[in-house]
Amino acid sequence: MRWARRNLVAALGLAVVLSLVVVAIFAEPLSPFDPNAQVGKRLSPPSHQHLLGLDQLGRDVLSRLIFGARVSLVVSVVSVGLSLVAGVSLGLLAGYYGGVADNVIMRAMDLMFTLPSFVLAIALAGILGPSLTNVIIAVAVVTTPTIARVTRGPVLAVRESEFVASARAAGAADRRTMFRHVLPNVAAPIIVQATVSIADAILIEAGLSFLGLGVQPPHTSWGNMLGTGRNFMELANGLSVFPGAAIMLAVLGFNFAGDGLRDVLDPRLRGG
Amino acid sequence: MKAFLVRRLLSTLAAAFALSVLIFLLIRLVPGDAVTMWVGQEGTMTPEVRATLRKMFGLTDPLPVQYLHWLADVLRGDFGYSFRSRLPVTQLLRRSLPITIELAALAMLTSAVVALPLGIVSAVKRNTPTDVLARLVGLVGLSMPSFWLAVLLILISATYFRWLPSLIYVSPWKDLAANLGQMMMPAFSLGLPLMAVVMRMTRSTMLEVLSQDYVRTARAKGVAERVMLARHALRNAFIPIITIMGIQLGRLLGGAVIVEQIFGMPGVGTELVSAIGERDYPMVQATVLMMGLLFILVQFLVDLCYGYLDPRIHYG
Repeated sequence: MRWARRNLVAALGLAVVLSLVVVAIFAEPLSPFDPNAQVGKRLSPPSHQHLLGLDQLGRDVLSRLIFGARVSLVVSVVSVGLSLVAGVSLGLLAGYYGGVADNVIMRAMDLMFTLPSFVLAIALAGILGPSLTNVIIAVAVVTTPTIARVTRGPVLAVRESEFVASARAAGAADRRTMFRHVLPNVAAPIIVQATVSIADAILIEAGLSFLGLGVQPPHTSWGNMLGTGRNFMELANGLSVFPGAAIMLAVLGFNFAGDGLRDVLDPRLRGG
Repeated sequence: MKAFLVRRLLSTLAAAFALSVLIFLLIRLVPGDAVTMWVGQEGTMTPEVRATLRKMFGLTDPLPVQYLHWLADVLRGDFGYSFRSRLPVTQLLRRSLPITIELAALAMLTSAVVALPLGIVSAVKRNTPTDVLARLVGLVGLSMPSFWLAVLLILISATYFRWLPSLIYVSPWKDLAANLGQMMMPAFSLGLPLMAVVMRMTRSTMLEVLSQDYVRTARAKGVAERVMLARHALRNAFIPIITIMGIQLGRLLGGAVIVEQIFGMPGVGTELVSAIGERDYPMVQATVLMMGLLFILVQFLVDLCYGYLDPRIHYG
């Protein structure tokens, strides 16, 4: 019974994630209008033609949300991809070699844990200047330490196991041992963390764009739609509601999916 | 306990040191140097003047030396002058920091007051409709961005109650009721995501604690359920709950940056955002440092709570 319910949550999350991916890939055929074209009277309420209404420049909100999904996903997936590359390598090196390497790497990661991650992201994005690339860099930097930490722990344990010793005895190079023998055995928690990190990345990107420090026009982002839309709250409240709902749905989807993956991949971590 | 205190204090100082290094390095990422930033446009000075100025500002020194100079200033409470307002940064912080601290404290308080009872009820009445409802609220709250909640609250309040919190900040020392009135909505929008996390943590640790032998013993000897929950169960569940609250403070402070902005509260977050917009780097540096110090300080307090709450924990 409980098992079924937990899997229902996971399935729900997976469904949300998959539909987001589909929407992001097929944004052009799916969206009824050009997201950057003025197609009607400014701030029109929802109608048959424009299901979610028009924004302050007369652009179709639904189409903009659809293209916003693409930006959100690209930013979060690319940045988490980058932080996976960096975090997993650092975590592997630290856990596998231990000693000085471990100390240097993990202290550097601790350095970043002294700041709330969103504050660090704001500072980075603000200093580098607002652009799509810089948002990706900021989010990647901020999510890397967690990935490194999640990787290192299990590596410490696996390093001591017999199959690693035998791989070494058989003359496998360190790099081969790390990637062929150690990594697959520590992959489960990393995959779970990556999924949850995507949810965090979506939130950080939305927050930065909301403040105007993130994705810049003409790119559409849910965050900057909400940030500008809230100024027209009394005239068209949909502009403050729909983009926020999209952000929340996406975050919810990845969080649920992460929870489900945790159950499937790592039964030891199963919570109550 | 004393050895433990000293050790925690040392590691807190180490974290504060790490934070200062991070922030110092962060500002070095800015394209162009302090002279260019300070004077404004490039090219308005001759290379000779520029070189002299660079020397005057200590920019020709090696990085570690520059860092030590900066650190010495910061320790004396001297953050330099804001580029924008030309006022001492310390003076500006003295105004904005209390606002952010009050907001964060109120948000944590609101979330704890709601989340603890909800989590306990959820655990005790496990798998009943109450529990399912509470968990659903928890899951949704977990994914709710606080800035969207803030916007929604304003929207709902303006539409249905025709009331909005005042945009002019009132100090609690001047008029407590007015102050709390305007803090209510921002504190709630920041508190809800935290509430969800604390509720889930309370539920799962309570479930664990309730299955322990000492709880069964307490029940068997006829301790009233209420007393058992308060004295035996909750006290043991507190440690993970407090830990998660300390960790979540980071998320809360990040959210506060945007929420302050939305409600027009002149806190550290608002200062940070406008400082970034105006490339006012001394302000950026100081506000980020304050947020980090606040974060580290609370982690330290959380550690102290462990020792107080759980006499079993022996450190050292």
